[in-house]
Amino acid sequence: MRRHHDMGGLAAGPVEISEHDYAPWEKRVDAIMRLLSDNKRRLLRVDELRRGIEDLGPGAYDQLSYYERWISSITNILIEKGVITVDELGRAIEDAKAHRREAHP
Amino acid sequence: MTARFAVGDKVRVRRAYPPGHLRTPCFIRGKPGRVTQVIGAYANPEELAYGRKGLPKRSLYWVQFRQTDLWPDYAGGAGDTAVVDVYEHWLEPAAARTRK
Amino acid sequence: MSGIQRHRHGHAGAPPHRHPPQPDLEDAPYTDCMAMTDAVAGLLIKKKVFTAGELRRMVEIIDSKSPAAGGKLVARAWVDKAFKKRLLKNVNAAAAEFDIDAGPIPIRCVENTAKIHNVIVCTLCSCYPRLLIGLPPDWYKSRAYRSRTIREPRAVLREFGTEIADGVEVRVHDSTADLRYMVLPMRPKGSERLDEKALAKLVTRDSMIGVTRLEDR
Repeated sequence: MRRHHDMGGLAAGPVEISEHDYAPWEKRVDAIMRLLSDNKRRLLRVDELRRGIEDLGPGAYDQLSYYERWISSITNILIEKGVITVDELGRAIEDAKAHRREAHP
Repeated sequence: MTARFAVGDKVRVRRAYPPGHLRTPCFIRGKPGRVTQVIGAYANPEELAYGRKGLPKRSLYWVQFRQTDLWPDYAGGAGDTAVVDVYEHWLEPAAARTRK
Repeated sequence: MSGIQRHRHGHAGAPPHRHPPQPDLEDAPYTDCMAMTDAVAGLLIKKKVFTAGELRRMVEIIDSKSPAAGGKLVARAWVDKAFKKRLLKNVNAAAAEFDIDAGPIPIRCVENTAKIHNVIVCTLCSCYPRLLIGLPPDWYKSRAYRSRTIREPRAVLREFGTEIADGVEVRVHDSTADLRYMVLPMRPKGSERLDEKALAKLVTRDSMIGVTRLEDR
């Protein structure tokens, strides 16, 4: 019973040796994780982040990019822990989208 | 706490496939290797992943595997190896019988 | 299928090669995950989990990390045997000698020699010594790298233009636990006259991952 992320040794094509500059939102995700997991806050451990990513399931795991998996996992675990509620998150996401539409019509 | 294994010990990774958050990759399970370093003691990530403390700490080892033991069709150098960080509770002495 | 045509990266000081070109950020679509990031950041700031200033500063710290930090450690190790010993024992402490904060997660250094070539991978998730040398390249996190490097390292290295002789042991480290890894590449021949600063400039990120060796001069 091999889980989807446990891919050492599986067949795959050539390594695509390309890279992209990290987008600001990606660095924000990384920064959020570092702050949440630091000694001052200890709200999230890297082990929990990993577990959350692994539990996204094979479909989401493959479709989402690296930091998309991170923010999905972080969000799920913050909800699980009651740091944020689903309701306030839903509203905040809609607000973020509206704000973005206003800023970039 | 004392580590169960020492540098040079021949070990085998336990053959078990539970669900949950594991840091023992499938490709080493059931495989024979050799301890090349005793790294230290760390809280168990399998428990930390669920917000628990993961205590008592487990010893963590560098276990070196011959690639020819890991992959039946290994096409590289005969001396090639893989070194994986493995937690003590996933290791047993190599002489231990594996259940069929 | 043969490996992707690859442009050799020059010295660490040369501009990195990127494919494809990055579109203007304003033109990039605002995805659900981007919205979620902004939403979560906003909520956490509102709840005083951290301040907007702390978040900004952390992004700056992330931006400040680069392979140059690793290059300094490698160059010192090449010229100073005692430092090399300390580096191989504990990278974080060795980095602190340069006032580099490599963070709390222990980083270990493995040395390439005439007999052993090391290469680093994290098959389970892409662990990488980010607090020392910055964010990893996309390929390091790719399915192909994570699946194949542990199983056919020489073929993967070949795709990076690296050929390791049969008599040399290729040793793949899978960073599955609390440690992160960097490779101490071999000092290139012909660099004997260079001072430490010049030596540091020779060191590339890819050589510290182990997919390339530094070219002899």
